[in-house]
Amino acid sequence: MTAVSEQDFVVFDHVQKSYDGETLVVKDLNLSIGKGEFLTMLGPSGSGKTTCLMMLAGFETATHGEILLDGNPINNIPPHKRGIGMVFQNYALFPHMSVAENLAFPLEVRGWGKSEREDKVKRALDMVQMGDFGGRRPAQLSGGQQQRIALARALVFDPALVLMDEPLGALDKQLREHMQYEIKHLHESLGITVVYVTHDQSEALTMSDRVAVFDDGRIQQLAPPSALYEQPMNSFVAQFIGENNKLSGKVKALDGDIATVELDNGASCTALAVNCGAVGSPTLISVRPERVSVAAADGPNTTEAQVKELIYLGDHIRCRLNVHGNDEFIVKVPNAAGHSHLTVGETTRVSWLAEDARALDAA
Amino acid sequence: MSDAAVFSDITTQTDSLTTADGRPLKAALAAAQARARRRAFFLVLPLLAFVLLTFVAPIGQMLHRSVHNPGFTEHHDIASGAKTPIMVNLRQWFDDNADAAPDETAYAALAADLLVLRDLKAAGNVGTRINYERAGSRSLFTKAARNAKKLEPPYTEAILDLDEDWGDPALWQVMRGASSAYTLNFYLAAIDKTRDAGGNVVAVDEVRQVYVKLFLRTLFLSLLITVLCFVLAFPIAHLLATLPLRYSNLLMIFVLLPFWTSLLVRTTSWIVLLQSEGVLNDAMVATGILADENRIQMMYNQAGTIIAMTHILLPFMVLPLYSVMRPIDKSYVRAARSLGATSWTAFRRIYFPQTVPGIGAGALLVFILAVGYYITPALVGGADGQLISNFIAYHMTKSLNWSLAAALAAILLGGILILYWLYDQLVGIDNLKLG
Repeated sequence: MTAVSEQDFVVFDHVQKSYDGETLVVKDLNLSIGKGEFLTMLGPSGSGKTTCLMMLAGFETATHGEILLDGNPINNIPPHKRGIGMVFQNYALFPHMSVAENLAFPLEVRGWGKSEREDKVKRALDMVQMGDFGGRRPAQLSGGQQQRIALARALVFDPALVLMDEPLGALDKQLREHMQYEIKHLHESLGITVVYVTHDQSEALTMSDRVAVFDDGRIQQLAPPSALYEQPMNSFVAQFIGENNKLSGKVKALDGDIATVELDNGASCTALAVNCGAVGSPTLISVRPERVSVAAADGPNTTEAQVKELIYLGDHIRCRLNVHGNDEFIVKVPNAAGHSHLTVGETTRVSWLAEDARALDAA
Repeated sequence: MSDAAVFSDITTQTDSLTTADGRPLKAALAAAQARARRRAFFLVLPLLAFVLLTFVAPIGQMLHRSVHNPGFTEHHDIASGAKTPIMVNLRQWFDDNADAAPDETAYAALAADLLVLRDLKAAGNVGTRINYERAGSRSLFTKAARNAKKLEPPYTEAILDLDEDWGDPALWQVMRGASSAYTLNFYLAAIDKTRDAGGNVVAVDEVRQVYVKLFLRTLFLSLLITVLCFVLAFPIAHLLATLPLRYSNLLMIFVLLPFWTSLLVRTTSWIVLLQSEGVLNDAMVATGILADENRIQMMYNQAGTIIAMTHILLPFMVLPLYSVMRPIDKSYVRAARSLGATSWTAFRRIYFPQTVPGIGAGALLVFILAVGYYITPALVGGADGQLISNFIAYHMTKSLNWSLAAALAAILLGGILILYWLYDQLVGIDNLKLG
């Protein structure tokens, strides 16, 4: 095999998957994952992300296309020879074995000696701060502890690639956030490649180097978290990641990067032309709530807005407004000194910069 | 007093807890809970009575009967219901002369007792009791009782004149054993042992040794049937547990179908299938696999018992296995595979150990049911496919030696309890999962 670049540690090459021979669950997937990268597959359920993970792990076979691991095609390699660590959603700790036996299992099937095994298990347990729990049964541990053991078991045989299938799904919010940092730190200190599947966008944004947003069997956008949030390339990503205000209309004119859009209520505004097609095609403008200013002096895209609802959230106040006929237009007003005080029913003015509004496809 | 009253003052009184009206809290709590417990007890009372009456009492009576047989000590007149002690004189002589050979006084006592038997018309019953342990004794008693009036001293000669068998030391040993209503002799008989003339425990003649062989055969066949059920049921249960629910429910109906048909119908349909003129043999002869004179004997022997009982007991293995396999998530095996285990290792080390509680429950159910099985071996077992239950039934209904039947049943019960205890020691009864 030829040497592979660091960027192509895992490669999906035109991979398709169908379960019933009628519909494709994964449609033409092309993806390269670099060595040491933390890549998250994010998407709603049924979007094909877990299927991709299972194909990589070897539990599902690709209907078409090739998956390469470190340059080698692995389509015909059984799961136990792939050397990929995996953390399951329900942890899948073997209930009839103690924690230490669970951790020793991958070493045992690899034929390690007893003393080497014990040594390695102890180090793995210490790594997840569970050194004292080796003798316990999985059922005697809390959810978070089980999670750590599952993590340690997937890492104990030093795999270069670790797959995680919604590993934090069963934990409560606080523990989940704590574990996010722990997994992130383990990833950094061990230098492993992680492919992580979740439907929780905040999890994806917190942990990942890059996020692949899945929908309808395709990757909608593959980008670092900040780019994903600030520069969504299509309206699905804009909707799925973070909060979003959308205004639908038609492209009236294109001037370099800037598109002038005629909205459904006849008003017109300007936005960054990202994915809006030629003049005359329908489009959806996406504006993040925190990029809209309230009661501002005249600026670009200034319009009247009627206050529908106010929700006090401490650090900011969430306002629901009627803007250009859209009743669900959300604006976040920071609770800063001298911020504007709104009352329900009042009519005010809102504005945003053309660069903060993105004209996307009208999906 | 209501619960609210009990708890109302807890917050205000800190050192000695009492209720609002000054009673100690502990006493009030106990009283309140006792009432609830009494109510709960009344709910289970009907079941408790039912179980005691129909289950515990009969078993106790059976155990009692296995060591108690008053056939030689008491005459029960069925018409009047009167109970008369019999063989009084002879029993007295046995008590006074331990281990002595019968002398003139013994024969005199026997003659006096025979006279009583004649008046009571009880010689047949007493003879039957002795006949259990020494064949051919019943006619001795009936003949002697008929002639009891003619007996004159010296009684030894007079009685021996009636029949020389009266001098048999073994007969006297049996009478000595039967002179007490409580005896362990039925247990000896149940394990092919008897007492010789000197009262020592010895094995019975080889031709009459049946029960130990039967117990061993019952044990062996039950184990074989359990193993066969396990081998057949494991893949079925696994299939049922992994299929989508709508398919597995349909298949489950096929597994349960035998439960909904009469046991007799199922057994006789095996006869139709397997007898030498049956469907299977006919089909093999018709297709030329077998010559007409070489028809395979699959019924009325051990093979018939094994085939029919395996089929009948199969659901008892499938159901517990299914119930432990269904909740085993497939991610366990997947996890094992991703950790480097081959599919065989993953099955052996991860999947199989998780099914052990179901295997234990199924095996225990099938084995215990098989050990006590009666109808199927009786119908299809022929001569060498009979199990111990068939002989218990024989002694209950044909030979009317209920004490021997009870002793055999008690040994069976004891054996099963020992196996159950062994199972508890090896696997642990709390690992049992029936469904």
